[in-house]
Amino acid sequence: MSGNEAIARGAWEAGVLFAAGYPGTPSTEVLEALSTYPEVDAQWSTNEKVAFDECVGAALGGARSMVTMKHVGLNVAADPFMVFPYAGTNAGFVTLVADDPGMYSSQNEQDSRYFTKMAKVPLLEPSDAREAHAMVKTAFELSEQFETPVMFRTTTRLAHTRGVVDTGERTEAARKSFSRKISQYAIPVYARSRRPELEDKLNRLREFAEQFTGNIIEEGSDVVGIVSHGIPYQYVKEAVPDATIFRLGMIYPLPKERLKQFCARFDRVFVVEESEGFIEQEMAGFGILNLIGKDRFTNIGELSADLVAQELKGGVVPSDFVAETTILPRPPVLCPGCSHRGVLAVLKNLGVLVTGDIGCYTLGCLPPYEAMHTTFCMGASIGNATGFNKSGEDHVVGLIGDSTFLHSGVPSLLSAVYNQVPTTTVLLDNGTTGMTGHQQHPGTGHTLKNRPAPAVNYEDLIRSLGVEHVSVVDPWDPEATAAAIKSGLDHPGPAVIIARRSCRLLPHEKAKDTTPYQVEELNCIQCGDCMQTGCPALVWEGDTPHIREWECAGCAMCAYLCPIDAICQVEASTDAGH
Amino acid sequence: MPVTNVLLAGVGGQGVVLASELLALAALTAGHDVKQGEFHGVAQRGGAVFSHVRFGDQVYSPTTRRGEVDFLLALEKLEALRYAHFVRPGGAILVNDHEIEPIRTGDARPYPKRAVVFLKSKGFAVRVIKATQIAVELGNHRAANVVMLGALAGQLDIPAEVWDRILRDRIPHSLLELNRKAFEAGRQMG
Repeated sequence: MSGNEAIARGAWEAGVLFAAGYPGTPSTEVLEALSTYPEVDAQWSTNEKVAFDECVGAALGGARSMVTMKHVGLNVAADPFMVFPYAGTNAGFVTLVADDPGMYSSQNEQDSRYFTKMAKVPLLEPSDAREAHAMVKTAFELSEQFETPVMFRTTTRLAHTRGVVDTGERTEAARKSFSRKISQYAIPVYARSRRPELEDKLNRLREFAEQFTGNIIEEGSDVVGIVSHGIPYQYVKEAVPDATIFRLGMIYPLPKERLKQFCARFDRVFVVEESEGFIEQEMAGFGILNLIGKDRFTNIGELSADLVAQELKGGVVPSDFVAETTILPRPPVLCPGCSHRGVLAVLKNLGVLVTGDIGCYTLGCLPPYEAMHTTFCMGASIGNATGFNKSGEDHVVGLIGDSTFLHSGVPSLLSAVYNQVPTTTVLLDNGTTGMTGHQQHPGTGHTLKNRPAPAVNYEDLIRSLGVEHVSVVDPWDPEATAAAIKSGLDHPGPAVIIARRSCRLLPHEKAKDTTPYQVEELNCIQCGDCMQTGCPALVWEGDTPHIREWECAGCAMCAYLCPIDAICQVEASTDAGH
Repeated sequence: MPVTNVLLAGVGGQGVVLASELLALAALTAGHDVKQGEFHGVAQRGGAVFSHVRFGDQVYSPTTRRGEVDFLLALEKLEALRYAHFVRPGGAILVNDHEIEPIRTGDARPYPKRAVVFLKSKGFAVRVIKATQIAVELGNHRAANVVMLGALAGQLDIPAEVWDRILRDRIPHSLLELNRKAFEAGRQMG
């Protein structure tokens, strides 16, 4: 099973009762896998902070709980993440955080290990699916033993690698009763009295780290010592299988005395870790000075067995054949029939400044769309648009997807209303969390366990915030979409245009009959304007664009861009031949 | 047994991930330690997808080092070129006789010609498989990945009954017969 599935399996075996999170690559599948176990009450929450708060309540109430998120999700949940340790937990509480070195699907490279030092919570990190499965159980036990939330970190490579896992059976954890000790749980009032207790707990965790059986010294040759952990450990084993390795499973706090003893055996010790030099810096703080770390192993992107071998053994890594033959890139593009394409085309034509957000539509920054000018993080679009308005830029649109809007866009819209800023927002309502693979959210009408749920009525919600100008358009109708956006920009107060059409990849959309379009080659003037759709269904055949009928979803966006109407629907008579 | 390293490459939608899962399961069922990890970008469709499958007595890294891949299974020619440098000197490249034009967002260079000739000139043992054509003849172009898997199976030491069991377990019933034929057709060519 994958690393993510192994984590879910381990959590289930550990008796987890409640799990919540918000989708985010590469963490998403943990909660999806957990939801398949009937004993686990698993849910998508509106955002990571909400999920964290819910899990705090569940764990205090006595149910073993797990909250899942990607690294940037931890930023959203950072508030309770930092404060909850002051109280400590009742039942086991594990925060699963997946970092994304290499930014395969993320806006930044963030080493979340630093959060644990700031929050003073223990951190475990496995090195493959097998270890992940076993270590999750340890995480729950550790959490209850020390009455502390525990962070469990993975990275993309671990999350998405399948390996062999030794599964076991579920052990039901007894529900622990909650005692209403206000002096322990009402933190703002009692934080000062809890503060020394937090330090005391950390000291006890430091002692535990010295004994922890997941910190393993693998004896090998005496030439160099290596300290490593997680996926980089696997790269070390691949590169120098005979080396002596101190393999860490508990990354915070570190086993200071064992590390000092280990490093004293060698002239120099390599610290092989991905992203920042967290372990190296901690060890340097212990006074260990014979370390070689980040000055040799880059903190940018993923490490690999090649990179590790090159530093530890030397040698040449074969380079690709880009210099010798044409290796064309395959840039990411929106799918055929994507509901975002029309809005991006319209925004580009209008020439407005667009503040973007996180989702498939973030591709709108790239050629051929180039219709989005800023993007930072979840929910930023509306606040950024409001700020541009404040700066005097009045031709600006905030562009945000439905799931992202519910995640963290709503408070920004409320702020625009409250401060009477004429912010124009285009809400791309495709009825799903598209980019992470179609997760349910409060607007879809179903829960993670696929049970019916109330679906947000966006028009009502947005009006109730005080937005007077709300319109709904079909993004497959670019003329109407353009008119609605212009009208929104002209409105003197905040305006929201809801561009509503289901994600083309949802099963009910895929099942629909579509009449594809075709390029009339005799009329085509070969201008290539249709190719500006960036649609995978359109390919050049010689000098003439051609529509691959089986890919075409019939959205007609290419026909909209064609200056001479040379693109039209395939007639029934010609279609009968297929 | 030393570790066997396979790299599967193709374009999103071609079934690279399914083929690598089937291979990983077959290797696991045959008694090996296995690791399989795929790489794909943010694109749902049309992006380059590749997946490492490694099996043997004990596998550490989920990815194979450059220049150590034993078999590159390329479902598309441009993707064979993109990942050929992972293959060890003289290693095998099984390439589907199929070209998918990349989506163009500015790069006007033509699709590379004579990919197979180029790869042979680098000393790789290249075998061209008409997997897409075979799959189309069998009734579904999407089965090209299983044709290619069959071709690879012909060069691996995994028993036929293991493969048959994996196909039965993992392929939906309505598509099983087609995929069995696709696998067998590939095996004949591999």
